[in-house]
Amino acid sequence: MAVLEVKNIKKSFGNLKVLEDISFSLEKGEVLVIIGSSGSGKTTLLRCLNFLETPDSGQIFVNDEKLLDAGDKLEQNEGEKRRKRLHFGLVFQSFNLFPQYTVLRNVMLAQELIAQERDDFKANKKEILAEIKARSQQLLAEVGLTEKEDFYPHMLSGGQQQRAAIARALALNPDILCFDEPTSALDPELTGEVLKVIRELAKEKRTMVIVTHEMAFARAVADKVIFMDKGVIAEEGTAEEVFDNPKEERTKHFLYGAENK
Amino acid sequence: MDLFTVTSRLLIGFGENCIIFLLTLLFALPLGLVIAFGSMSKFKPLAWLTKIFVWIIRGSPLMLQVIIVYYGPGLMWGWKAMGRTEAVIVAFIINYAAYFSEIYRGGIEGIPKGQYEAAQVLGMTKSQIFFKVILMQVIKRILAPMSNEVITLVKDTSLARTIAVKEIIMYAQEYIAANAIIWPLFYSGVFFLAFNGILTILFGWLEKKLSYFKV
Repeated sequence: MAVLEVKNIKKSFGNLKVLEDISFSLEKGEVLVIIGSSGSGKTTLLRCLNFLETPDSGQIFVNDEKLLDAGDKLEQNEGEKRRKRLHFGLVFQSFNLFPQYTVLRNVMLAQELIAQERDDFKANKKEILAEIKARSQQLLAEVGLTEKEDFYPHMLSGGQQQRAAIARALALNPDILCFDEPTSALDPELTGEVLKVIRELAKEKRTMVIVTHEMAFARAVADKVIFMDKGVIAEEGTAEEVFDNPKEERTKHFLYGAENK
Repeated sequence: MDLFTVTSRLLIGFGENCIIFLLTLLFALPLGLVIAFGSMSKFKPLAWLTKIFVWIIRGSPLMLQVIIVYYGPGLMWGWKAMGRTEAVIVAFIINYAAYFSEIYRGGIEGIPKGQYEAAQVLGMTKSQIFFKVILMQVIKRILAPMSNEVITLVKDTSLARTIAVKEIIMYAQEYIAANAIIWPLFYSGVFFLAFNGILTILFGWLEKKLSYFKV
């Protein structure tokens, strides 16, 4: 069963058509890598999945639940939207850690806020908070930041910040974890440590959608590749199909250009 | 004129300045935030009205506003006159709230969009985003302009004399007429210097307190 199904997503900003009829599906445990040049609509697509943009038309299903139907003009209420967006996690290009909190608090915060809505929160406050802390420390261990848990974001390197942001995105255990060019804001020597963490997540069979310009990484980690061009899916297939035997002329052109960068 | 007599008289006057200062801060700080939200509202008529209000208040003299608040309601609508000190405080609250609102707005609009988006993606509500993520960063950002404005407020309190509120400078000036001595006037300046010295230290301490993170 497909964990994620995207059907006929369209999105324009003014007269500019950014997404034109995007459809794809993703199985549980698969890694989808989206490649394409700047302005091809990759980031907008991710933002639509995370409810940061509302598509003009189309539908999004997660585990067969209809999360979004742009044709359905009924306004979604805030609470429902919040619940739905938790199916997704998003790691940003610019990390966006909360600067006033330690790394550990960054990972704990959203979990705490959601726990506060539980009926038994008052009665079991201590246990619940201890549980959240232990879980958060476990996540920080997974991204190799155990020693940095009490540091503030500005004290960390870009690579460390991005790893902390990945731990934060994992904290609410999303069904699908999205990455928006996770290494584009990093110095070359720091991209490796972030990519390694994402590879580990792929090994653990996390369902992920990754927008990236790191072609070697994309080939290594992807179960499925989508090449986007001018708002449409120009080509899709396995990593081997798209990278080694691209059918479309524009895919070849893009990949050839990327290799020669 | 001995120092003790002058000091105690000036202290009585400065008490008035302090009351105006404290009550203005107490009400203008939250009111300024409300006005800031108004001027950032997506409902355009409200945003425009708020902006016009802020323009009028910031663009005209505080002294004029004090006089209008005191005499205006009585002369225009036949209301019973407010107490003088109350009128000063009302005018000050409105004036400073308008200034504070612009400082808040700058602080809030300066927070990167990514902070909101990161919080949204983590399922936070609008109020959680504001209070748990944005507010602390705004406070840190606006501390310096706020300290400027607050120090100006301390000095502005002497404008209360415009409508004959007996504040410290008015008392000090009386010695010129009655005793032909100027030193109480200089002395009244010392009260302001001391008060603002304490405020400067307080703001410096706050700034240090918030230096554990960077925005």
